[in-house]
Amino acid sequence: MLNRRDFIKTLGATAGVATLGGCAGGASKARGHVVVVGGGYGGATAAKYLRLWSNGSVDVTLIERNTEFISCPISNLVISGDKALADITVSYEGLRKWGVRVVHDSVLGIDAEKRTIKLEKGGEINYDRAILSPGVDFLWDQVPALKSADAQAKILHAWKAGPQTVALRKQLEDLKDGGVYALTIPKAPYRCPPGPYERISVIADYFKRHKPKSKVIALDANPEVTSKKGLFTKAWDELYKGIVDYRPNSELRDVDVANRTAILEFDKVKADVLNVVPPQRAGDIVAKSGAKLANGRWAEVDWLSLESVNAKGIHILGDSTLSAPLMPKSGFMANQHGKVAAAAILNLLAGEAPNPEPFMTNTCYSFVDAKNVIHVASVHRYDAEKKTLIVVPGASGVSAQRNEIEAAYAIGWAKNIWADALA
Amino acid sequence: MNRLISAACLAALALAAGPAAAQDPNFTRNLAATCAPCHGTNGKAIPGAGQVPLAGEAQETIASRLHEFRAGTRPATIMHQIAKGYTDEQIKQLAAWFAAQKK
Ligand code: HEC
Repeated sequence: MLNRRDFIKTLGATAGVATLGGCAGGASKARGHVVVVGGGYGGATAAKYLRLWSNGSVDVTLIERNTEFISCPISNLVISGDKALADITVSYEGLRKWGVRVVHDSVLGIDAEKRTIKLEKGGEINYDRAILSPGVDFLWDQVPALKSADAQAKILHAWKAGPQTVALRKQLEDLKDGGVYALTIPKAPYRCPPGPYERISVIADYFKRHKPKSKVIALDANPEVTSKKGLFTKAWDELYKGIVDYRPNSELRDVDVANRTAILEFDKVKADVLNVVPPQRAGDIVAKSGAKLANGRWAEVDWLSLESVNAKGIHILGDSTLSAPLMPKSGFMANQHGKVAAAAILNLLAGEAPNPEPFMTNTCYSFVDAKNVIHVASVHRYDAEKKTLIVVPGASGVSAQRNEIEAAYAIGWAKNIWADALA
Repeated sequence: MNRLISAACLAALALAAGPAAAQDPNFTRNLAATCAPCHGTNGKAIPGAGQVPLAGEAQETIASRLHEFRAGTRPATIMHQIAKGYTDEQIKQLAAWFAAQKK
């Protein structure tokens, strides 16, 4: 909190421009009840910042089915055996300390007219504004053999961190030396563009250290690596020659579950461990909310407030949104969505227009082995003419080369962003 | 938050309503929140996690480092890219805001 002297110093330094953070909390006129559905990177951040920035004047309920937050970022290191699930698990108690009412329940539906949300166990709750941040759900229709729960327990996605992450780790531990691990990658857009390439890299690193005769095959539906291409391909060439076999334009059509075989248009690839990242769309609750979806998949939002373009009072965050240009579906971005939405909602609840100049930043750190990391970063600002966020010219880039310094930064980033959302 | 500060806030808001100020009263707070995933909420980084805290650092230091990152004259893994996202005026605002946060 500012003391008076610092405050006046700040005021002097920025005279003429309204920049007084620290003020905002005390001065908030916002009142009301915001219900947040989904306690991942987007929803948890929004819930905390609504409380922080309203100085507690706005009531916030967070509905989340899981009892703990488990991070997708860093989860590939659990799969490679370099981290444990406990290392990427965070409690929701921190949000309770902020005064967020955390309810572990599932949402059955939302009524934008009546402004109510129906819960599986907890009945109906009213809201003034709702935030939906459910992440992605999978388009199993596009991988028909994997529609059943039974098939999904054998051929894993591990694209939502939790039991699937641990199960995939177990499959890799059980793999005999000389075995084949194959990963299928859907056409972009999907959650976490560099995630599949990080996964094959750290699994190749595990093989190199522990099962050197084993192979990694990547079946990518895309024509080329979709993120940090130069840095990933360099790592595969230099570190994993003879281990990583990357195949572009290899779209999955279906799976032969019993034989752990990926069925492509002209080819079949048999593996000992087959890992399918299915095509994705906005989480079910978004699809059910009546919010407009582009191609039936991603929610179109007003980027000043993250409010659905048609479902009034419903703000949609994170992976579920139809991304702005060059904006990845990442945990970092979901955090930024959460803050822009929280700020906009507090303005709206106080009868004011949202901030007309929102900014968002993104960074994705990826491990190429247990010790070396590469990043991609960008700063995005709202463009009033284009009505979307664009990358600020010049403000983007990737690591000069893979390096150990950024491995420390990547872990530090994870700890800070978890605290930023949940502590 | 005491009464004095609230009064000062109101004064600041009034000031902001001048010609240069179509800006949201919380513009800088919101801008600074883009840094929080790495530098911590309000610039209070988790101790020992290897990221630099910004809360309560000298305004001049924060501003000059950001200028150096932007110019490419200070070694960096990532800040040379991020700093290019912000104008001189925004750097000034960010530096003032973080300097005013409690350590
Ligand atoms: C992706 C993580 C990340 C984000 C986002 C980020 N920083 Fe940094 N920052 C770093 C790292 C890492 C360093 C150390 C220098 C380097 O390697 O680039 C650093 C260094 C700094 C320093 C120098 C500190 C010192 O004493 O040496 C300042 C000042 C700074 N950042 C300000 C900011 C501001 C302001 C923002 C938001 C506009 C921001 N940073 C956003 C990661 C980040």
